[in-house]
Amino acid sequence: MENNSRRGFMGKAFGAVAAVGAIGSLFAMKKSWDPLPSVRSAGFTTLDMSTYEEGVMITEKWRGKPIFVLKKTAEMIKAEESDEAAKVRNIKIGNDNFMVAIGLCTHLGCIPAFRKEQNDFLCACHGGQFNASGNVTKVPPPRGFDIPPFKIDGNKLVLGEVGPEWQSMKDNGVTL
Amino acid sequence: MAHFTKATSVKDWLNQRLAIDKVEKVMMSEYWIPKNINFLWAMGMVLVITFALLVVSGIFLLMYYVPTVEEAFYSVNYTIMREVDFGWLWRHVHGVAASVVFLIIYIHMFTGIYYGSYKKGRELIWVSGMLLFVAFSAEAFSGYMLPWGQMSYWAGMVITNLFSGGSLHADGLVEWIRGDYVPAQAFLGRFFMLHVLLIPLAILGLIGLHFGALRIPHVNNQDGEEIDFDKEAKKYLAGDKAGSKVMRFANDFMSKDMMVVGIFLVFFFYLVFWNYGFAMDPVNFDPADGLKTPAHIYPEWYFLWSYEILRPFSVDIGLIAFAFAQVIFVLLPWLDRSPNAVPANRRGLFAIWFWVMLVNLIVLTAMGKLPPEGMFSQIGFVSAILFIVQWLLLPIITMFEKKV
Repeated sequence: MENNSRRGFMGKAFGAVAAVGAIGSLFAMKKSWDPLPSVRSAGFTTLDMSTYEEGVMITEKWRGKPIFVLKKTAEMIKAEESDEAAKVRNIKIGNDNFMVAIGLCTHLGCIPAFRKEQNDFLCACHGGQFNASGNVTKVPPPRGFDIPPFKIDGNKLVLGEVGPEWQSMKDNGVTL
Repeated sequence: MAHFTKATSVKDWLNQRLAIDKVEKVMMSEYWIPKNINFLWAMGMVLVITFALLVVSGIFLLMYYVPTVEEAFYSVNYTIMREVDFGWLWRHVHGVAASVVFLIIYIHMFTGIYYGSYKKGRELIWVSGMLLFVAFSAEAFSGYMLPWGQMSYWAGMVITNLFSGGSLHADGLVEWIRGDYVPAQAFLGRFFMLHVLLIPLAILGLIGLHFGALRIPHVNNQDGEEIDFDKEAKKYLAGDKAGSKVMRFANDFMSKDMMVVGIFLVFFFYLVFWNYGFAMDPVNFDPADGLKTPAHIYPEWYFLWSYEILRPFSVDIGLIAFAFAQVIFVLLPWLDRSPNAVPANRRGLFAIWFWVMLVNLIVLTAMGKLPPEGMFSQIGFVSAILFIVQWLLLPIITMFEKKV
């Protein structure tokens, strides 16, 4: 009996040591899979917005992801006059309206292609479509293109930094 | 200490220390296999041999492969394919075996379903087999990343995005899995580790479990006959080999097994030498480019059916349907409510269920390969719904099945 309770105690003592060790190692393992600090700190891109031409879709790069930049033409602006969902996504630099968005389909992350004639985006993977403002016109994508965190700095746009314009888009559910 | 005597032979020396005679009996000469089986019972051995081919060819590839985003593509397509003598052989054996192993797994699986080999004490064989299927799928996916071509990159992007869980937006989880915002060095490094170490270890463990689970219930037979293995084994050992319903695993059953393996290997090396193209996607001969999606992204043929179940729905429903398709086969022993462990053709409605399931999976596979447009999209949608409905119906139709 005495032996049994001693063994029981030793079993519990070992269990306690093992549990602490297991939790500690799981924590270390989780942290070892995290993105490295060098990866995190390389996450800013500055765009000079005065260099873009109207109606020409340019792909930039931020955190390894493609960023669609489209300076809207007068025709596009006219087309979205009654489309509130499109207007709230515009980024205004001076008098110009830009669509700036992460160029990955919100379904599973393929890069949709810009179709110049239709002024829209078609994703070849699962057939999703987006209009020139980045809103969905055909499923499966569940929402429009995500807009990367940005800060307006004169003629420049800093991607990766949170400015008031982006914060209000996020608060109003325009982007994630 | 145990008592040891002076050994009379090498075998005796080993026997005293390792009990090799006993082991040989347990594993081979007195491991009993029913006589009324057919060539489909050889698929297990075909899988063992294919796995061995994958390990051996993988070892040679591992010597020259460089797991960095700068060099991976060229170490495969230049170093291994052009510089290493017979490097092409290991790559083509590895690629073809990775594809063919799934064909054999599917045959093995559907043999089990047809003959009811997941019932009456054989549940654990089925479950461990399905876990092996999951492990092989993970192994295939992680291996597909390694050449770091366009398909590697974009398949990696799409599959890791599945973990965001649709509207749950678990982007943090996706970034954690990748170790970066997009698939990059951290991603390649960890999938390399998974492919060459962790998943193969899991596969070896699961193969042990799969064989262990087979030991007590023994393999099923093609007539659904309940065999008293102890009684039949006694009859066999007493000399009535013709009257006994069982035979030795080795060398008797193995000789037939290896005959099938031989035919399989002729077919396999025909593919390796003359028709390896199906296992080498042309798109993956372009180096990975994070700013350019290939026109069509599709998985290898063995994942097409579940991909097609994901595709026709909006993202959340698609993910749920996909998750359903991934796990539902594991539950087969419990969803099939009938006690009959006999071939499907004697089970009434279940026979129809079986053939519809098989044909539907082939249809889903075909639709998954075609672009998601017009007619194909609709056939895919109907097939995906049918797949789900069939599984929901299974407990009902088997509950009313007559006992045979």
